[in-house]
Amino acid sequence: MEEKKNSINRRDFLKILGIAGATTTGLASCRNGAQTSSGFSEEKETEQMTYRTFPSLGEDKISILGYGCMRWPTVLSKDGKGDLIDQEAVNELVDYAMAHGVNYFDTSPVYVQGWSEKSTGIALKRYPRNRYYLATKLSNFRNWTRENSIAMYEQSFKDLQTDYIDYYLLHSVGNGGIKMFNDRYVNNGILDFLLKEREAGRIRRLGFSFHGTVDVFDQILAMHERVHWDFVQIQLNYVDWRHASKPKNVNAEYLYKELEKRNIPAIIMEPLLGGRLSNVPQHIVERLKQREPKNSVASWAFRFAGTPKQVLTVLSGMTYMEHLQDNLHTYSPLKPLTDDELEFLEETAKLMIQYPTIPCNDCKYCMPCPYGIDIPAILVHYNKCVNEGNVAESSQAKNYQEARRAFLIGYDRSVPKLRQASHCIGCNQCSPHCPQSIDIPKALHRIDDFVEKLKQGTL
Amino acid sequence: MLRTIRLTVALLFFILITLLFLDFTGTLHAWFGWMAKIQFLPALLALNVGIIVFLILLTLLFGRIYCSVICPLGVFQDVVSWVAGKRKKNRFRYSPSLTWLRYGMLGVFVIACITGIHFFVALFAPYSAYGRIVSNLLAPIWQGGNNLLAYFAERMDSYAFYETDVWLRSIPTFLIAVITLVVVVLLAWRGGRTYCNTICPVGTLLGALSKYSLFKPVIDTDKCNGCGACARNCKASCIHFKAHKIDYSRCVACMDCLNKCKQGAISYTRRRPATQTAATDEPINHDRRRFLTTTAIVAGTSVLQAQEKKVDGGLAAIENKQIPDRTTSIIPPGAWDAGHFAQHCTACQLCVSVCPNEVLRPSTDFIKLMQPEMSYERGYCRPECTKCTEVCPTGAIRPITVAEKSSVQIGHAVWIKDNCIPLTDGVNCGNCARHCPTGAITMVSSNSEVTGSPTIPAINIERCIGCGACENLCPARPFSAIYVEGHKRHRTV
Repeated sequence: MEEKKNSINRRDFLKILGIAGATTTGLASCRNGAQTSSGFSEEKETEQMTYRTFPSLGEDKISILGYGCMRWPTVLSKDGKGDLIDQEAVNELVDYAMAHGVNYFDTSPVYVQGWSEKSTGIALKRYPRNRYYLATKLSNFRNWTRENSIAMYEQSFKDLQTDYIDYYLLHSVGNGGIKMFNDRYVNNGILDFLLKEREAGRIRRLGFSFHGTVDVFDQILAMHERVHWDFVQIQLNYVDWRHASKPKNVNAEYLYKELEKRNIPAIIMEPLLGGRLSNVPQHIVERLKQREPKNSVASWAFRFAGTPKQVLTVLSGMTYMEHLQDNLHTYSPLKPLTDDELEFLEETAKLMIQYPTIPCNDCKYCMPCPYGIDIPAILVHYNKCVNEGNVAESSQAKNYQEARRAFLIGYDRSVPKLRQASHCIGCNQCSPHCPQSIDIPKALHRIDDFVEKLKQGTL
Repeated sequence: MLRTIRLTVALLFFILITLLFLDFTGTLHAWFGWMAKIQFLPALLALNVGIIVFLILLTLLFGRIYCSVICPLGVFQDVVSWVAGKRKKNRFRYSPSLTWLRYGMLGVFVIACITGIHFFVALFAPYSAYGRIVSNLLAPIWQGGNNLLAYFAERMDSYAFYETDVWLRSIPTFLIAVITLVVVVLLAWRGGRTYCNTICPVGTLLGALSKYSLFKPVIDTDKCNGCGACARNCKASCIHFKAHKIDYSRCVACMDCLNKCKQGAISYTRRRPATQTAATDEPINHDRRRFLTTTAIVAGTSVLQAQEKKVDGGLAAIENKQIPDRTTSIIPPGAWDAGHFAQHCTACQLCVSVCPNEVLRPSTDFIKLMQPEMSYERGYCRPECTKCTEVCPTGAIRPITVAEKSSVQIGHAVWIKDNCIPLTDGVNCGNCARHCPTGAITMVSSNSEVTGSPTIPAINIERCIGCGACENLCPARPFSAIYVEGHKRHRTV
């Protein structure tokens, strides 16, 4: 632990350089915004951030925009061998968010290669503890013995530098079926332990985050009588509302309605599908822009996620100042979608699902691949090409030559050759970790086949 | 006029041939690949009778036009000499021919060709020497520039440029290129075409022919006032102006003297010189000192390390592959026979320069030093590529179609049990089988008695073509669990 602390301090020099650029851009775009009167200024946001409260949550008053701490900005380490969290940049983002009314921060012991909690703790320690709500999770994915799970729980307090955790989650339940849930939390007595901790006040609210099949969701929700889930975190966005990727994922509409029935507040994750609802095909951009020329493509997704009444907060992993500013703009205040707009988004979702993108949200849970493959980078590149129309159907396609060049050159740019799909041996150690239940080796082999066809000219 | 034409054509040849060695995209070769094929030694080794006859006729008609226009090493020396001439005018003087050295070198060269001392042949073949200099010393700089453009292109979302790997393919070849460059530059700086007229075997051979060429520069003794301007500007040092004689075996037909003569006494013509009267062989002033700059020439090249792959935080480190111990080295499809290949290759590095898969590199083996061989640590011989066969000017690698290539066996895969991931790591793999272009590898159970035991590759040697996809994509590092042994004789499977 000491070591980690030191290494964070050691990075100071690098940071300053890296951040200077980022900040300038951020402010510049902000200033530009003001000049072109695009409609947001700092004061306005602070005053008008939408907050949500629930009788079951007592005095808790939570900003509709929650900060997801899974995608903190990183810089290349001095030895070039890895990324390190850019603490200066994190502080800057946290400061800006706090100044504009964000008060909910969601992290986990496994985020950003295990550095997120520590970094988030450092950034928030500079504020009074009662000014923000902390959420973290029991991420006992690989080792779920009672000892290890409790050790992980205790470590979160140290890393976050706090005496209590506001919102504590059983992390990503549903994957691996009810058996996995029982193994991770019930049979080892961890759930009972956590309930006692809640009674003792070290955990203020207890809930779980869900990825998986509907039967597991139903079973865990059925425990509500005994456990009393204070909140549940679900994946919700205008595509997953009715068109969740099959076969394992559940439509968000179902999840949400079940929570509504039991009056359990919902926390929303993946409102933007890891950016996939921002980086959309051009004609979708045109469609959305035509309707709301001044608002970003992403703003539609955030308004959608924030509109349902049972939603407590919408989490966004904002790496860049621009993203934070855009989201603040959307939520200060939230203008709920009208029925007409909801219908419009449902139509948009139907258009979107015609694109054969792979439902990867770049969460990096699959990483590191023991054979060095950069799985999310490959999938993200593929999706980008799908959206930009650069995945040619055949060599007879009209834009074949340009599409081929864009795909292949872009591939080498996004993923070093040694980390490309051709090196996937199909050991399948990754797939169990995927919250979206992607059959990763299958997807990688399919992309590799496509690349081979492009290279050999046999498409 | 003649000089202008010669300069223009020579520079055109020079630049385009240089670009052949620099262009890693392979676009230029379709248009200008022939420029490498009309080089004398490559054409001779390729038994390209048409070109040889053409070059001999060219020489018999017009003198050593080959040396002044077609040969890139010759033009390169002119460039160096021209730069040196900027510092000191009228710096040349007649010197007698070093006949014994010239013919001695030619003799040794021919013997080396016959006895198969390929290293010696490759070292002194002029075009190849130039090719090595460009591909080893200039190409990394060129590629660096390209990568810079690619860097900006990427940020502008343009696909006009893409990045390429800069890596040192062979240390001995690199060092030889450096030494060759230093020697050639020093000689050219001091004495113009000294290299061509003392060391170069092609120069000597063509010189023997050009003595009898039809057209040649001739001094009109009636007009000549003996100023010696021609001799002082002859980079071949072959004009004995006092005797009004030109050593046509050393004249490279550069046409410089034609313009230098203010009296118009030198003309490029088929006229024989009028029989000379009393050529007063005055002793040449050997005492006259030459103030030649002896500025040390430091080749501005830094040894470029093979680029390490950048490793991001969430990524497992990848160990670099190492070259396995191959009993027989692998040569490209189209080479057909290792013996023929060794005899014909002049190690010009053109194939190495164009190989887009980073497979070809100069051999470090003394017998075939600098001649290309294949290895699969960085890539493999991809099925759609026949670049090396298209560019080879000597016929060491003969043209082959993509379809032919897919059935030419250049080697065969060998499995190394101890490295195989399913056995060492206990995971499913089969990456070799998945990528084998001929379907020569299938995964079979390592223990047929136990169901669910890990699968291992079974190689059908008869179908394997030795492309190295399996070796390159094998997850075992640094040594693959499957590697290719070369074949001395290729065959069609």
